Amino acid sequence: MVLFWVALLAISILIYLLLDGFDLGVGMLFGLAGSEAARDTMLDTVAPVWDGNETWLVVAGVILWGAFPLVYATLLSAFYLPVIIMLLGLILRGVAFEFRHRAAPQFRWIWDVSFVGGSFAASFMQGVTVGALVQGLKFTDGAYVGGILGWLSPFSLLCGIGLCLGYALLGASWLVQKCRSGVRDRARRQIPGLALAVLAFLIIVFAHALIENLPIMHRWLDRPYLFVFPAVGALAAAVLASSILRHNDRWLFAAVAVIFVAAFGTLALSFWPYMIPFAITIEDAAAPHASLAFMFWGEGLFVFPLMVLYVAIGYRVFRGKVGTTSGH
Amino acid sequence: MNATALLLSRIQFGFTISFHIIFPAFTIGLAAWLTVLEAMHMRTGRAVYQALFEFWLQIFGVAFGMGVVSGVVMGFQFGTNWSVLSKMSGPIQGPLLSYETFTAFMLEASFFGVLVFGRKRVPPSFYLFSTAMVSLGTTLSAFWIMTNNSWMQVPVGYVLQNGYFVPDNWTKIIFNSVVWSRFPHMLLAAYLTGAFCVAATGAWYVLRGDNYAESRVMLRMGLFLAALLIPVQLVFGHLVGDYVHDYQPAKFAAIEGRWHDEQPASEVLIGLPDPATESNRYEIKLPILGSIIASSSLTSKEVGLTDFAPQDRPPVLIPFVTFRIMVGCGLIMLAIAWFGSYLSIKRRLRRNRAMLWAIFLSFPLPFIAILTGWYVAEVGRQPWVVYGLLRTADAVTPFLTAPAALTSLVLFGAVYLFIFSFGTFYIYRLLRTGPTRLAVEAPHGASPNRPMSLADPELIQSVYRSAGE
Repeated sequence: MVLFWVALLAISILIYLLLDGFDLGVGMLFGLAGSEAARDTMLDTVAPVWDGNETWLVVAGVILWGAFPLVYATLLSAFYLPVIIMLLGLILRGVAFEFRHRAAPQFRWIWDVSFVGGSFAASFMQGVTVGALVQGLKFTDGAYVGGILGWLSPFSLLCGIGLCLGYALLGASWLVQKCRSGVRDRARRQIPGLALAVLAFLIIVFAHALIENLPIMHRWLDRPYLFVFPAVGALAAAVLASSILRHNDRWLFAAVAVIFVAAFGTLALSFWPYMIPFAITIEDAAAPHASLAFMFWGEGLFVFPLMVLYVAIGYRVFRGKVGTTSGH
Repeated sequence: MNATALLLSRIQFGFTISFHIIFPAFTIGLAAWLTVLEAMHMRTGRAVYQALFEFWLQIFGVAFGMGVVSGVVMGFQFGTNWSVLSKMSGPIQGPLLSYETFTAFMLEASFFGVLVFGRKRVPPSFYLFSTAMVSLGTTLSAFWIMTNNSWMQVPVGYVLQNGYFVPDNWTKIIFNSVVWSRFPHMLLAAYLTGAFCVAATGAWYVLRGDNYAESRVMLRMGLFLAALLIPVQLVFGHLVGDYVHDYQPAKFAAIEGRWHDEQPASEVLIGLPDPATESNRYEIKLPILGSIIASSSLTSKEVGLTDFAPQDRPPVLIPFVTFRIMVGCGLIMLAIAWFGSYLSIKRRLRRNRAMLWAIFLSFPLPFIAILTGWYVAEVGRQPWVVYGLLRTADAVTPFLTAPAALTSLVLFGAVYLFIFSFGTFYIYRLLRTGPTRLAVEAPHGASPNRPMSLADPELIQSVYRSAGE
């Protein structure tokens, strides 16, 4: 039962990273769009699905609360300011979808700024959170003692930038897949730079981890089989490079998505069996059986597949390229 | 534990949830009304239903968007500010709220996309189905929220183990009389909110003399529904009062402004509770009525606040005052709905401008009633967060500092004020434009890839200009 919920939690987080990743990425690239028409098109590629994408964050949050209440309580309170700023970012970008087209043209910039700024703030804070987890939070006897700014470090800030770059790469690949002509071409031109920046970021993180002797590195050396994930990631990076060089869009988004999956898998398995490295294990954190079973027999077994089905229906209804015409 | 951080956290939770509840309260009723309109359009083929649907869908879109973004905050705020509560009650509250997300949020989110952007991409029957699914989603969400909150009001079906509330009877947690009086009370409140907003809009158009067919449908459907539902709501309100009387005697005494045991008890109609003297100033009360209301008896003894130690009493003034505001709003709404329906049946409503003004100006009443009702429930539960088991002061994140809490509160205040002002303004502008002028200018159903062409600002402005001339 515990294993089931760890797996479902991991799947939900992964789905969130991929789905909201591309739409937050589109949000950040939105600031670089060349024209009003291009901005409209970019928004149209995510407008029907963003709400569902963001819901996966809530899904992951409530699974965490129901199945691993100790981790929910510890992480959210330890990351007080990053979580609040992320939420405010998500609010500002979320309302922009609805408000932008209702604003008078001379005030539309307000919602453009809120869309870009909100997307950036949310992505950055998510990266900071991951970075701080990798670096390790301070615990004494299972209780967090790092204080209200325990997450703040150069490394965590670096990871914030890294995730922004990663999401932007995902967003650019999404635009290439969903758009025609102008918007697609611009996104295509952005991809090589973003891909190189992500690569550079990964190298810096790796070097930093070596120099700082982060505890996570030891787990790598202890468990060589973990290198399967980076290997898959490297393979996907090679596919990405070849797609860029040959101007072939077919596998672009998939390649970037696989890189994300590989990175996520690497991280998750190097934490195992800890949920908060290296203080709280999955077993420590698991809710009582009565809670896990109640969740399993309803939402886990029946509702989760249904949920995936609605999401699939949503993406099917809105499949295909978005029109480039934006005249009225 | 830091007393300032505690106070700021309480203000922040109260502020963010008060802001949030306004939108679900509006959209739950509106989603049901959209489903009815779409079904009636499919059945009768009358254009007025289609025009109303397209019009209210846009207002729904703005309100729903604000409800979604302010709702995401709620799911995380338990953990950020109330880490002790969320750890201890996680095994019960976590699963309940996870059911909300699983059964309601994803349903709403996916089908809302179809509703707004998919008119031309799906067959009409699937479109109607999507509308119904959004409506079902909003209702399910309310159900789980009420179940969760009811457990905090009257904790049942649990055992305390190693500092956790461990569920031992889910049937009791979900199927108990507290949930099943409070959930209908909230749902009816949401339907009444929708009904009054729709009727008020209709009255506004009649006063302005436009949108003839649409205003007729809005006035009739809104008023008739409200006239039928308010009496039912009063019954459920009474049932909710019964649970408070039985399980939360201190809250009940605070609502009644009853400081000392009385037999038979009188009912304080108005007054100003004064904790210092443990009595009410300027009070007007009726003898025996207190016992009748509390226990349906002429002789029952009713409990006073002084039976409880001062540290176990809720603040008295807020529950006492907000309860009276809620009931007052309910009674005014009843009078408006009944008299308005009567005039409408007699076909005299359109000529009665005073009554039309009353209906038009009544739209804030259901919102005020819902907010004050929640203040009664939540403030009256103090000093407990889980009634009788965990104090609010012990539930707050232990290492939260006052500056951090202040920063977040100020940020929330600024951002919410900002988006609330614009959101309300956009809704107001849509309402002012009205269905006819939107429908004349806008093609039916937006072009599939231009989502917001439903209500382009240029379009609205050009409509304004032409209407102004």
